[in-house]
Amino acid sequence: MLLISCPHCGPRDEHEFAYGHEAHIARPTLDQQNTMSDAEWADYLFMRKNPKGVHFERWVHARGCRQWFNVARHTVTHEIIKVYPMGEPAPKLEQK
Amino acid sequence: MAEAYTRRSALQHFGLTAAAAKSDVAGAEIVIGESAHRAIVNIRGNSSDAAFIAAVKSVTGVDLPVKPNTTAQSGAFRVLWLGPAEWWVVTTGGTEEKLVADLRQAFAGQHAAVVDVSESRTVITISGASARDVLARGCSLDLHPRAFGPGQCAQTGLTKANILLDQTDATPSFDIYVLKSFGDYLWQWFWLIGRDYKFAIKAQ
Ligand SMILES: [Zn+2]
Repeated sequence: MLLISCPHCGPRDEHEFAYGHEAHIARPTLDQQNTMSDAEWADYLFMRKNPKGVHFERWVHARGCRQWFNVARHTVTHEIIKVYPMGEPAPKLEQK
Repeated sequence: MAEAYTRRSALQHFGLTAAAAKSDVAGAEIVIGESAHRAIVNIRGNSSDAAFIAAVKSVTGVDLPVKPNTTAQSGAFRVLWLGPAEWWVVTTGGTEEKLVADLRQAFAGQHAAVVDVSESRTVITISGASARDVLARGCSLDLHPRAFGPGQCAQTGLTKANILLDQTDATPSFDIYVLKSFGDYLWQWFWLIGRDYKFAIKAQ
C-alpha cells in the first residue's frame, strides 16, 4: 500500500486515489492530427513508457478532494520522490 | 390523482425511533443515530476572489474555510471544505430551496455554481468515548486528537463506502455524510462493529 501525499489533503492511503497513467503526454493539436500518420496516432494513443526506475505519472484523489496532480515514483522501490502540480514540467531528478 | 411526495429517510426501515426508545444512552460507549434530511448545497467558486467570499458570508454569515479539510460555522450554517474550489453549505432541512436562491442571487455575475445535493446524502452520527475505535476499524485516517479534531473534516472511505467525516465536538462526535444508497450498508456495518461495544441508538 502506498502512502500518497495529496497536495491539498496531505498523506492518505493509496485506496483513496486513482491512477491516471503516464504524465506529460500532450494531445496532438487538430492540425497535427490532420497530418500525422496512423503510426504516430497509435503511438500517442497506446504507447507508454515502462521504466525500471523513476516514472512520472498522474494521480487523482478520487475519494477525497478529487484533484489531479503529478507524481514521480520509483517503479522498483515504490518510493514517491516528488508530488507536483498539473501543468508543471517533469522535475529533473538525480537518477537513483 | 397525484400522490403527495413524502420524504423517507434512508434508514427509516430500521425503525430507529423505536430502537432509540429502548436504548440506554447514558451507559453507552458509543451512541449512533441518523440525522436525516439536512439541507446540503454544493457551491463552486474561486476562493481567491474577495467577492465570492463576501457573497458566501452575506448569505450564511460564515467566513469561507479556505484551509483544506476544515469547517466553519455561524448560527445554523456550517460550511465544509471539499476541494480548493468546492464547499458544502449545510443547514436545517427544508430551507434548501431558499438557500439555493439566496446563494444564486449573491453570486450573480460571478464564475460560481450552486447545486442542491440535499437528497443525495444522509448523515449517520456517532458519538462517545469509543467512537474513534469504531471508526478506526473501517477508516485509514489518523483520528487521534493530535491529528484530527473539531473544525476538521475529511472525505475518505469508511469500510467500502465513500464518506465525508466531520468532527463536531471533542466528545468526540462525528457526522458521517454518506450517499443514501450506501446508508443501509453503512448502518449495518455500524450495527455489526458496534456490538463489540456498549452502544445505544439516539433518536433524531
Ligand atoms: Zn486531496
